[in-house]
Amino acid sequence: MVGYLVSLIIFTATYALFSLGLNLQWGMTGLINFGHIAFMTIGAYATVLLSLAGVPLLLATVIGGVLAAGLGLLIGLSTLRLREDYLAIVTIGVSEVVRMIALNEEWLTRGARGVYGYPLPLEALTRPTLFSKLGMIGLWTAVFVLAGWQLWRWLKRGVKQVGRKDLETTPRSIPLGNLVWGAAAALAGIILWGAGALALYDYSYKAGLMLILVVVLALVYWRLEVLTHSPWGRVLKAIREDEQVAKALGKNAFWYKLQSLMLGGSIAGIAGAFYAWNLSFINPEGFIPLITFQAWTIVVLGGAGNNAGTLLGAAIFWLYNTVTRFVLPAIVPLDEARLGAFRVMVIGLLLIILMMVRPQGLLGKKEELSLGR
Amino acid sequence: MVDESPHSAELPLETLGGQGGENLAEILAEVEDAAPASLQMPLLAAGGLVKSFGGIRAVDNASIEVLPGSITGLIGPNGAGKTTLFNLLSNFLRPDQGRVLFDGEPLHPLPAYQITQRGMVRTFQVARVLSRLSVMENMLLAVQHQIGENFWNTWFKQSQIAQAEKLERDRAMTILESIGLAHMANEYAGSLSGGQRKLLEMGRALMTNPKLILLDEPAAGVNPTLINQICERILTWNQEGLTFLIIEHNMDVIMSLCDRVWVLAEGRNLAVGSPQEIQTNPQVLEAYLGQG
Repeated sequence: MVGYLVSLIIFTATYALFSLGLNLQWGMTGLINFGHIAFMTIGAYATVLLSLAGVPLLLATVIGGVLAAGLGLLIGLSTLRLREDYLAIVTIGVSEVVRMIALNEEWLTRGARGVYGYPLPLEALTRPTLFSKLGMIGLWTAVFVLAGWQLWRWLKRGVKQVGRKDLETTPRSIPLGNLVWGAAAALAGIILWGAGALALYDYSYKAGLMLILVVVLALVYWRLEVLTHSPWGRVLKAIREDEQVAKALGKNAFWYKLQSLMLGGSIAGIAGAFYAWNLSFINPEGFIPLITFQAWTIVVLGGAGNNAGTLLGAAIFWLYNTVTRFVLPAIVPLDEARLGAFRVMVIGLLLIILMMVRPQGLLGKKEELSLGR
Repeated sequence: MVDESPHSAELPLETLGGQGGENLAEILAEVEDAAPASLQMPLLAAGGLVKSFGGIRAVDNASIEVLPGSITGLIGPNGAGKTTLFNLLSNFLRPDQGRVLFDGEPLHPLPAYQITQRGMVRTFQVARVLSRLSVMENMLLAVQHQIGENFWNTWFKQSQIAQAEKLERDRAMTILESIGLAHMANEYAGSLSGGQRKLLEMGRALMTNPKLILLDEPAAGVNPTLINQICERILTWNQEGLTFLIIEHNMDVIMSLCDRVWVLAEGRNLAVGSPQEIQTNPQVLEAYLGQG
């Protein structure tokens, strides 16, 4: 059970990291990127192949991120001057081109046979001492304490949002809805923390990977939150709303879109490294366009432009995946293959219902939808 | 060219229509002749501008100058090419021919966004606010050369960014108070009414610390009370040293605000002069009302 939770955390966090990149590009800047998986492919292959060639793992990962950003630069320079729907077409094409290169350039990527046996993080650490175990659990706990603190601040902030008249009058009591959600999140957090701490004590490779990944995810999330609320993020949002206005107000819209594409791409590239380390085997089949659209599902589910929403979206996406994997066979009399298709159909249906009931996404702001342009 | 006496208080009406190959030097020379000695070089001067869309010449050899400290009007019948001319002046469109000088320097090598950084900002015919940003964020966005707009500064210069933000926030609040939008500062800009959007757009333009503001129909679709308020603001800001170039169909607004009016018809200059002169100019009347 703990082992399963650990791998669930790893999958969720990888997808969350991956989707945070897309959220920056689409949710914040309005760039329609249908080829997000290309960045992950570059990141994963670069990290794995470089580390196989003897480059230290950390450096290889950083280079992977930089190369993914480089792909963003290439796409951006050639297409960002076009209207946004063209960007969508180009990116989906690029992602397939990247996958085809990975499939056919066998001298580099070993093609469909895939790459395996590459160095993994914390590989040398097979039997950590009690001291280092406690250190890791401490770090793990610190991340959760910080997350809990953020949650508490969100609860206290309550309904205080832009678009409310009574902005100055902070509500004394926490609204009930927030309290329920906060309690649920806290409970989930405690379960996850417990499972992670147990796994770290009972050390395995996956537990170590989980720790690194969650720390990286927390750092990326924190930086993105700072960026979102900085003047830099304000320019991105302005471009999303109306690029002409951004230009008229003296902003180099092209350059900011390029930065957004590159930064989102490098985040996806780093997510790719974790994806590869988790699977410990990669081949081009693992980088199909479907994954791009899973990230889109996550971002839309959580509420576009909302980093916390993206994390929540990833959690719900994987929770759904897990629950249906175990529950559906028991209640739906279908064979394996049909069941797989059925699960995808249900997630489509759920998305449709969500869009009807809560078109702004789970954590999106309702008021934003009722605004005229 | 019409003969003119240098002592007359009001600028003589010059009809420019049909004068094909006029170049910028001539335009500038003309301004120097026409302007009283106290007025210097024009802040904005454009000559021989041509822009075609397919087979249509939207702007056909048009010229304009705006003197520093003035409120200059630009009028013309629908489809005369006024907004296209605006787009050419602010480099949102590239002219096929012609040159634009702002503050003595040519604008054509610059991308549109750099023109704002040089001190010329434009508004749009249909007010364009950033709906899902708050009114305050709309204002803050307009500040030029913000330290926090650099990606790396958001890592290493947090406190300086916070300091700058606080200063600008205060300045924005002062402007919002003067345009009567202070109570809306934390609302989404998308929840403003049409007239309030026009005001926000002007306030936002002011936040860029401009020398010259190009206003595209500031009074269109705005109720009369708000029009008065808008005119009042323009006059106040003008007295504080800002220069305006205004496209407007509402002749009352033009009459009450402008020192000098340029008339455009079918992409060409038709006339230029004081509002009174323009109103009685037979050619202008003909262009507006058709040949009688």
